[in-house]
Amino acid sequence: MTAAPQEQTIAAGDEESRSRGLARLVRAIGLLRESRLAMLGVAIVLFWIVVAVFAPLLAPFSPTANIRPMQPLLSVAPNGGRFWLGTDHLGRDILSRLIYGARTVLIYAPLATLSAYAVGIMAGLLAGYRRGWIDEALSRLGDLVLAFPALVLYIVIISKFGASGFNIILAVTLASGPGIMRIVRGLVLDLSGRAYIAAAQLRGESALYVMLVEILPNCRGPIIVDACLRLGYVVVTIGTLGFLGLGLPPPNPDWGSMINETRQFALIFPYMVVSPCLAVSSLVLGLNLLADGLREISARD
Amino acid sequence: MNPVAPATAADAKPILELDGLAVSYFARAGEVPAVTGVSLALKRGESLGLVGESGCGKSTIALAIMRHMSGSGRIVNGTVRFGGRDMGGLDAEELRAIRGAGIAMVFQEPMSALNPSMTIGRQLVEVLTHHGMMAEHEARKRTAEVLADVKLPDVDRVAASYPHQLSGGQLQRVVIAMGLLARPAVLLLDEPTTSLDVTVEAGVIDLIAGLRQRYGTALVYISHNLGLIAQVCDRVAVMYAGEIVEQGPIADVFGRPRHPYTAALLRCIPVPDADKYQRPLAPIRGTVHLPQDRPPGCGFSTRCEHAVPGTCDRAPIPLEPTQDRADGLVRCVRWRELDLREKPLPPAAFERESTEEMLLTANELEKHYPVPGEGWRAVMGGERRWVKANQNLNFRVRRKQTLAIVGESGCGKTTFAKVLMGLESATGGQIVYQGVDLGALPVAKRDARLLRSLQMVFQNPDETLNPSYSVGTQVGRVVRKFGVERDAARVRGRVRQLLEMTRLPAAFRQRLPRQLSGGQKQRVAIARAFAGSPSVVVADEPVSALDVSVRAAITELLIDIQREHGTTLVMISHDLGLVRYIADRVVVMYLGQVMESGTADQVFAPPYHPYTEALLSAVPVADPTIARTRIVLEGEIPSATNPPKGCPFHTRCHRKLGDICVNVKPPEHRTGDGLHRIACHIPLPELERMEPVFRRGRPAAV
Amino acid sequence: MGRLIVRRLFYLVVTMLLASVALFLLFELSPEAVVVNELGPYSTQEQRQIWLEQNGFNRPPHERYLAWLSRFAVGDLGHSRLFNVPVAQILATRLGNTAILAAFFFAALIPLSLSLGALAGMKEGSWLDRVISFICVLTASVPPFASTVLLSAILVFSLALLPGTSSMMDGFSYRELIMPVAVLVLYDFGYVARMTRASMAEVMMTPYVRTALLKGLPYRRVILSHALRNALIAPFTVIMLHVNWLVSGVIVVEFFFAFKGFGSLVLEASLAKDLHLLEACTMTTVVIAVCTQLAADIGYMFLNPRIRFK
Repeated sequence: MTAAPQEQTIAAGDEESRSRGLARLVRAIGLLRESRLAMLGVAIVLFWIVVAVFAPLLAPFSPTANIRPMQPLLSVAPNGGRFWLGTDHLGRDILSRLIYGARTVLIYAPLATLSAYAVGIMAGLLAGYRRGWIDEALSRLGDLVLAFPALVLYIVIISKFGASGFNIILAVTLASGPGIMRIVRGLVLDLSGRAYIAAAQLRGESALYVMLVEILPNCRGPIIVDACLRLGYVVVTIGTLGFLGLGLPPPNPDWGSMINETRQFALIFPYMVVSPCLAVSSLVLGLNLLADGLREISARD
Repeated sequence: MNPVAPATAADAKPILELDGLAVSYFARAGEVPAVTGVSLALKRGESLGLVGESGCGKSTIALAIMRHMSGSGRIVNGTVRFGGRDMGGLDAEELRAIRGAGIAMVFQEPMSALNPSMTIGRQLVEVLTHHGMMAEHEARKRTAEVLADVKLPDVDRVAASYPHQLSGGQLQRVVIAMGLLARPAVLLLDEPTTSLDVTVEAGVIDLIAGLRQRYGTALVYISHNLGLIAQVCDRVAVMYAGEIVEQGPIADVFGRPRHPYTAALLRCIPVPDADKYQRPLAPIRGTVHLPQDRPPGCGFSTRCEHAVPGTCDRAPIPLEPTQDRADGLVRCVRWRELDLREKPLPPAAFERESTEEMLLTANELEKHYPVPGEGWRAVMGGERRWVKANQNLNFRVRRKQTLAIVGESGCGKTTFAKVLMGLESATGGQIVYQGVDLGALPVAKRDARLLRSLQMVFQNPDETLNPSYSVGTQVGRVVRKFGVERDAARVRGRVRQLLEMTRLPAAFRQRLPRQLSGGQKQRVAIARAFAGSPSVVVADEPVSALDVSVRAAITELLIDIQREHGTTLVMISHDLGLVRYIADRVVVMYLGQVMESGTADQVFAPPYHPYTEALLSAVPVADPTIARTRIVLEGEIPSATNPPKGCPFHTRCHRKLGDICVNVKPPEHRTGDGLHRIACHIPLPELERMEPVFRRGRPAAV
Repeated sequence: MGRLIVRRLFYLVVTMLLASVALFLLFELSPEAVVVNELGPYSTQEQRQIWLEQNGFNRPPHERYLAWLSRFAVGDLGHSRLFNVPVAQILATRLGNTAILAAFFFAALIPLSLSLGALAGMKEGSWLDRVISFICVLTASVPPFASTVLLSAILVFSLALLPGTSSMMDGFSYRELIMPVAVLVLYDFGYVARMTRASMAEVMMTPYVRTALLKGLPYRRVILSHALRNALIAPFTVIMLHVNWLVSGVIVVEFFFAFKGFGSLVLEASLAKDLHLLEACTMTTVVIAVCTQLAADIGYMFLNPRIRFK
């Protein structure tokens, strides 16, 4: 059934316009509510965001303090507190490290994703709207980068420039940018055949205006879904680098490094590795579920 | 036309009966009734048309007959009987035996109805083998016979082809062959020619009418096009808002409608022998209600001119027999007292515009595209092929007039619009507007004044507005951009004026495009185009994607605004009926070249170009009092990449002279005041002896 | 077809050239890093100078690049400092090992993900679809580095069912392959199954499936000969392009299980800044990427008659 919208559906008043952007956001979340899995995703992601923001309040100990090594779960700390998740081989409280680790990953992963999107969107808009040699050059460059397995690219870059937050952002931008560009370019190619783009050209709008104002907002659905997935992937990447010993330099807590540092004790003290594994997996699961929910909504719209 | 199958005693019993069929869709919001209580009976060999605008539930009926409901749809009431058996009581295996063999269905969009990765032959043969009707080799023989019956050339090649290797017209024939293959008693056709060009459509319609007689199949023909129904069917059921509002023999229903909706629909379509000055269209007010918002009582009451509050909008209205004609039914409480015969209207309240001032002059205009090269050899240069989208276009447009450019797909009409608007540059010749050659001036180089004076209305209402911004924002942007107004409050005022001009409520300023119907979007697009008071507006098929009644409303709106603003309108269309109605001057194009041009009166009366003649005869006409010459062209429109030499129309021309048409470019005859031009090898005196295509009088049998 | 292959090969050469220049710029332009890595942080300036001269680092960069290129072009991949053997030798051994791993990976992945995906997509929204879809999201959310640890904790340490390393010290062992393959499949089948599901669900919605049903074909026949055939075109391409993804995946797994394959070689080469080895490894990944792309294109052509018969 194609439903032709009716005049009665919405009573549009003048006062409505101001809060419309906000209303749309609220409605989107309202739509998400219909999918229980999507809500679970939202809950997980929100949980980790809260943990990261309030890390200093939530963490019972300093994440870098060497207190008492190899304490099991729920053991009592010297100051009378508890090591809820035990301590690692250097005597650091695992729960506190987990909480601060959320901070690390939730700072660098979104920053890196954002930076990759900034580059990818601009390149995709240019390639898709301008076409011709710009498209050819950008697409070839993208293909070149994509010919490298992502992790190889990361390893080469990090081993050359060293492990730092900035370099991770740089590496993610380089490795993800071309993929984002491809998506945006495809969307732009599709959208630029629409009549409203021709209408904008016919009233003499500049190329920049057409790209940013007429085209970009209509790409938002697929871009937001992809961003959620990609954010999850960047979380995995940061973890993987830490796991390979290429993560942020110690003693900064980061989930991948925590696993790497303690995996030799996994046989005797499995709790040391299991909790960071669960932490990273749950965050990625949350982002994936959220992306699924958003995809359903945008497919319905 | 419409031969009735020989009636025997056995035929008297209906083969397909619908009794109080009701179908609902179950959405998040709850139950949405799509079809409410439809009863129909179809006799063996009979053909019944189901006509109505989109959303009236006609396709739902077809799928309900097949008992194939999509995920959310369900038959909530009523029965469907096929050969006396209740389809609802069948198990899956019995149902499967009827599908395809007892009742077959032909869908619109033949390309997507066929499996892209299976040959045509296999897709046909499996119908027979899986119904256990015959063995593989016999099935292949039968398939070849039926493919020949649907007049496909080179049957073996077709059977070995994949769908993408055939044209749209050929595929539609394949799909019809697939429907007929198992010799079903009933064939359901759902808009089977919607995606086809008019001349190709005419061929398919003829084929369906012919095959129906040969195979003795009963047809249910679903369409929004009253003219097509009139050509194919004996009886018609007119649907509105999920119910049948009128039913009866075609000539009766269309000749003397009893339901106000039927009468109103007929007043929405142009007749082929009158234009906007002689018989203005009368759009139906309001829009179709969503199923969940249908009014009580008569579904049409809110839009009906004859509705009486308190009488029409109370209780459900029964379908009553009209005693004066055979099995006529009507669902209207006032049908006895109403006289719905079309009254001759007072002549149009406006005069024909007669300025002599030339506004646009196309002079040998030419647009060739390089064919996108394949492989690196093409990139390096070397041989290049060209699509000649426009060749030697010559014509002139006077101020305030309407020029229509008409032709089928691939004729280059849209390319011309793009060149005129500066979205493409001409590769030769000029198109001069106020001393400026527009063909050489791409849109980026046009100044604000020129941009403002040339605007466009686009075809697809769903793509014409940016879905991210409200109506007010989008129209306001044009007002500001063209410097009509700058101050925010005054821009808003101007936007309100423009919405009012296109008969939209001021509150629509706040709406996003997806909150508008197709017709409303097109109104906003018209408001946007006229925001800078342009002197020329190009309208590229502005109404072809709309429903019949909306089409009439938008057409009238365009004409009104054009007259108020003294705008020159360049209308691009494939619909000759519409062109006849709206245009002052007409250019007929075929494969990038002008076949005929002149004033509307000149083009629509003999002498015709043979192509114009064929196009005219392919226009579906609902009015039973109009007779016409039937010309069905052979074959398909050749590809624009590789057009025929000589006269481009020679491959399909029914009046082809011989080799001269194949090899030599036709000369241009000039008649009338010298402005009526026909490019044809046939000598002018012979062309002048042609009969008019349409004749008013009693319906003639062909 | 021939034209496509020629174009791809041309493109392969260009990509390899660009990639080698990029790597060269990254590493060889700053030989100091290499030498520090080679001689240790406490080596004297003098020692470093001598080492650089001995290894030909004092020549201008473009000369060094061209010299490397001309040797590379004739198949001389140079000498690995890290392993002290010719690069070609170690590369061949390691690639062979990873090829075995990859073969088992695909042998498990393809039937598992395609059948689950097709089952889920056949009836979108059914409980089977929901269960499969959720399992897919769940498994795809556990990164390989986490699942190596978790799986080992369960299967190796707690239950002692499988060996915890796959170094194949005592010759080739299938038992040692199980863990790495399991980790890779676990992370990846969800992704491929979901692609398959989406493709299948899309095909089930097409008018031609409706046509097939309404012409009275049995449901089985509609699924097997109309739907599946078209639904598997997209996942096929995805699986082919996964070879490239696999190279990333094996790095983690080989690192953890001490499997002597190509992935651990890449990691070791870059950590040790063994330039010749790293250049050769990267060139190999580019070749793999372009060749699988080519194979995917050719396969796509065979599966899709629209392209096969123009």
